[in-house]
Amino acid sequence: MDGDHALAEGALAAGCRFFAGYPITPSTETAERFAERAPEVGALFIQMEDELASIAALIGAAWAGQKCMTVTCGPGFSLMTENLGLAAMTETPLVIANVQRGGPSTGLPTLTAQQDMMQAKYGPHGDNAIIALCPDSPQECFDLTVEAFNLSEYYRVPVIILTDETVGHMHEKVVIPPADKIKVVPRNNYSGPKEDCRPYKFDSKGGHPMVRAGDGYNFHITGLVHNEMGYPVMTADQGKIVVTHLMEKINSNADDIIRLEEDQVEGADIVVVSYGITSRIAVKAIQDARKEGIKVGSLRLITIWPFCEKRINELSGKVKAFVVPEINYGQMVREVERCAHGRSEVISVNHCGGAVHDPEVILDAIRKANK
Amino acid sequence: MSGVLRMDRMPHIWCPGCGIGSEVNAFAEAVKRSGIDPKKLVVVSGIGCTGRVAGYVDFDSIHTTHGRAIPVATGVKLANPELTVVVFSGEGDLTGIGGNHLIHAARRNMDLIVICNNNFTYGMTGGQVTPTTPNSAIASTTPYGNYEYPFSLPFLVDAAGGTYIARWTSMHARNVTQSIEEALQRKGFSFIEIVSPCTTLYLRRNRLGDGVDMLQDYQEKTILKHGADTRETAIDFQGKIVIGKFVDKQKPTYLEAVDKCCVKLVGDDYQLYGKTIPEREAEAKAEKERIAARRAAVLAEENKPAVTKVSAKIPVKTAAKKVAAKVVKKTAVKEATPAKKTAAKVPAKTAKKAATATAKKAAPKMAVKAVAKKAATKTVVKAAAKKATAKPSVKKTRK
Amino acid sequence: MSTQEIRFSGFGGQGIIRCALITGKALSLYDDKFATMTQSFGPEARGSACAAQLVVSDSRILYPYITHPGILMALSQEAYDKYYSELPDGGVLIVENDLVKLQSEHTNLKLYRVPATRFAEELGNRLFTNLVALGFLTAVTKVVTDDAMKKALPGLVPDRFLKINIKAFEKGYNHGLEAINAAGAAS
Repeated sequence: MDGDHALAEGALAAGCRFFAGYPITPSTETAERFAERAPEVGALFIQMEDELASIAALIGAAWAGQKCMTVTCGPGFSLMTENLGLAAMTETPLVIANVQRGGPSTGLPTLTAQQDMMQAKYGPHGDNAIIALCPDSPQECFDLTVEAFNLSEYYRVPVIILTDETVGHMHEKVVIPPADKIKVVPRNNYSGPKEDCRPYKFDSKGGHPMVRAGDGYNFHITGLVHNEMGYPVMTADQGKIVVTHLMEKINSNADDIIRLEEDQVEGADIVVVSYGITSRIAVKAIQDARKEGIKVGSLRLITIWPFCEKRINELSGKVKAFVVPEINYGQMVREVERCAHGRSEVISVNHCGGAVHDPEVILDAIRKANK
Repeated sequence: MSGVLRMDRMPHIWCPGCGIGSEVNAFAEAVKRSGIDPKKLVVVSGIGCTGRVAGYVDFDSIHTTHGRAIPVATGVKLANPELTVVVFSGEGDLTGIGGNHLIHAARRNMDLIVICNNNFTYGMTGGQVTPTTPNSAIASTTPYGNYEYPFSLPFLVDAAGGTYIARWTSMHARNVTQSIEEALQRKGFSFIEIVSPCTTLYLRRNRLGDGVDMLQDYQEKTILKHGADTRETAIDFQGKIVIGKFVDKQKPTYLEAVDKCCVKLVGDDYQLYGKTIPEREAEAKAEKERIAARRAAVLAEENKPAVTKVSAKIPVKTAAKKVAAKVVKKTAVKEATPAKKTAAKVPAKTAKKAATATAKKAAPKMAVKAVAKKAATKTVVKAAAKKATAKPSVKKTRK
Repeated sequence: MSTQEIRFSGFGGQGIIRCALITGKALSLYDDKFATMTQSFGPEARGSACAAQLVVSDSRILYPYITHPGILMALSQEAYDKYYSELPDGGVLIVENDLVKLQSEHTNLKLYRVPATRFAEELGNRLFTNLVALGFLTAVTKVVTDDAMKKALPGLVPDRFLKINIKAFEKGYNHGLEAINAAGAAS
């Protein structure tokens, strides 16, 4: 099964029963798979008129009680950033997979890239925090989609799966466990008395219930700055309350959210920080470097956002250098630099997209860093 | 209005003389009379003055981003088909930035009710030109007159596949109520356009008086024509406004089409969100009966002091007359018809000539004459209207 | 065998990607191996150069691309010209007999020729070319079992063409066995 199909299967396994999407290479296979599977599992698939509408439909569907997902890549993701902001503001649980391709603009539709890392976080205007995960294989496309839904439900936040064309089109064995072995966070709908019903609670925490349309609570939600009732309150003070909550419900729970995969990091001179398909390219360079006697560890970012500030900070000063290969002109390397505080060298191994790295280039960077 | 409007959110933001308030009243009335379960009603709005409707109605309500009310409403409806979903927004929102969503929801016959307040202006941002602003009208971004061609919304939605299309003005409160009521009872894509005055911007900029003047204008300029060909519903600057119910037809909705396809594929076991088609149909039938009972109760209550109440089914003209009568009493405005007529004479010839020239280029030979004639008439009316508005001070000073 | 790398190549429309998919599925689901398939093709779906790479291993595959291809299947001249030089000594080269004109006798390689298109046409349609070639590859390389390959077909070829595809596979497979015997006899 390829990564794109695994995304759709992961969504279904997580209880997603609504999918609105728009065709775009290299993510279309996910929509096709969901459309094919929808009738038999009692789900609904709709191909919307564009990506603006796709994510808008998700927001409506989420508040009407469904777990929902869409999938796209760069150009479509750009359109989605509009309502990604609304979803973040209205604390709507939904999952977007971005199967990245080369940009900017129409760029390289059939070729791989990791160029939307910053856009995922900073795409929508205004401050907001989202969660982003980065699978390195079709199996992880499945596993992380389930996890994306779980995080999305718990924190009531859009979760973005930042995969890429290579993983999306790569075929590998995917093990789908029996349903009772998959941990799924169910939709939590408010069911208390009407007078206590609040669509929001601004306490920088997760775990708050949604209010479902049709349950008689007559809720209101808006993209305007609002109070816990959901009504607009357009003051700077209220803006501070809302934005602080949106940011802190993710940032202050970063330790619970972040997942990393480490290999021989303790005692390493060089740590390669990588994610997605690039991690699997880097592994070859790391193996070759170790053969040359270089003490090199690997830190794979499974969770991209929130960024693992703490871990990089801990390692900075202990390691000589961080080597950061990524299929973009240097995006996450800035985060590494920021968290290394100048205590370790940070070396960017960038690539303008369209292909994965030549492992030799990463190996060279490791060698150079070790000098 | 409590139970329908969020009284704790009053006062609302709308200007005195704005049509949106009376539209919301008509909507509230329609919801009450329709007998539908208010718990199962969701109102979705976009951005702008009309976009604020969602914040004042006491139902589940979603205030979305600019232009995206229809796709959000689509998501709500598809995620829970038991809900009745109403989109209440302005023409800038629905037909400008959200125009693509409008035509596609109509094309799919998505089971939504779209109420479009058409005031020819972007009110909240200060009176810019919109996709429906009549040619030659002044807006803040067309300070020398609008040189674009406007949409005729009934024609647009009809062409896209809408199955219920009506147009009224904000003066026709009872007809608006009745149309919304009808839409609430039916399935499929319903589109109700309500032409409405923006006193603060559109009327002021174009020196058309205030809201009351406009109501009288609506009384004089509307032509009731149920079933009118939607190609004939264009609105020229201060020209005639064709109103009525233009389209009311049956066609499978999007969800019905999905069901039909899937049941063919999966068989009678086919479920959507865990419910088979017969189960959903049984639920819908039971709900329909409850609605009918509630509606009967409301109507019975209404008919008790029946003598003093005006029936909702009163013909448009009478209703309009009544409202207009009040208006006329207040303002005692008379139209400067002679001035108009003379104004029309002068440019008629040249207009005809020009129209024939363009028509010859664009249209096939057979149609040239007819087009030329039509174009000429249009130009005449426009010219007349322009002339009339050129001396608006007369109207103004009368107050 | 720890790791084996195979490149399938030809022109679009020959079912090259399908070859890699079938082999990958057979290996990972029925031969208890790990397999990773990646592909490269131009935007034109038909007639352009097309290649798929399959990495096969006994353990989890980290690096997903080919570094030392052991097997090259080239069903078009363009594919052959582009890729043959990357084969090391002793590598396996399988070419379409009627479509590829060899640049040398490749004495350093294990060279096999298969008239896959002709065989497929004999079966009624040149669409079965890829299955003939796959059967041939299975026989001469033994990288995957013929049993697993046949099991992998349902779902990857249309149901109504399953039987004829198996037939095509067997035709290629038997021809492959003959080729090995002939090679064995010659050496």
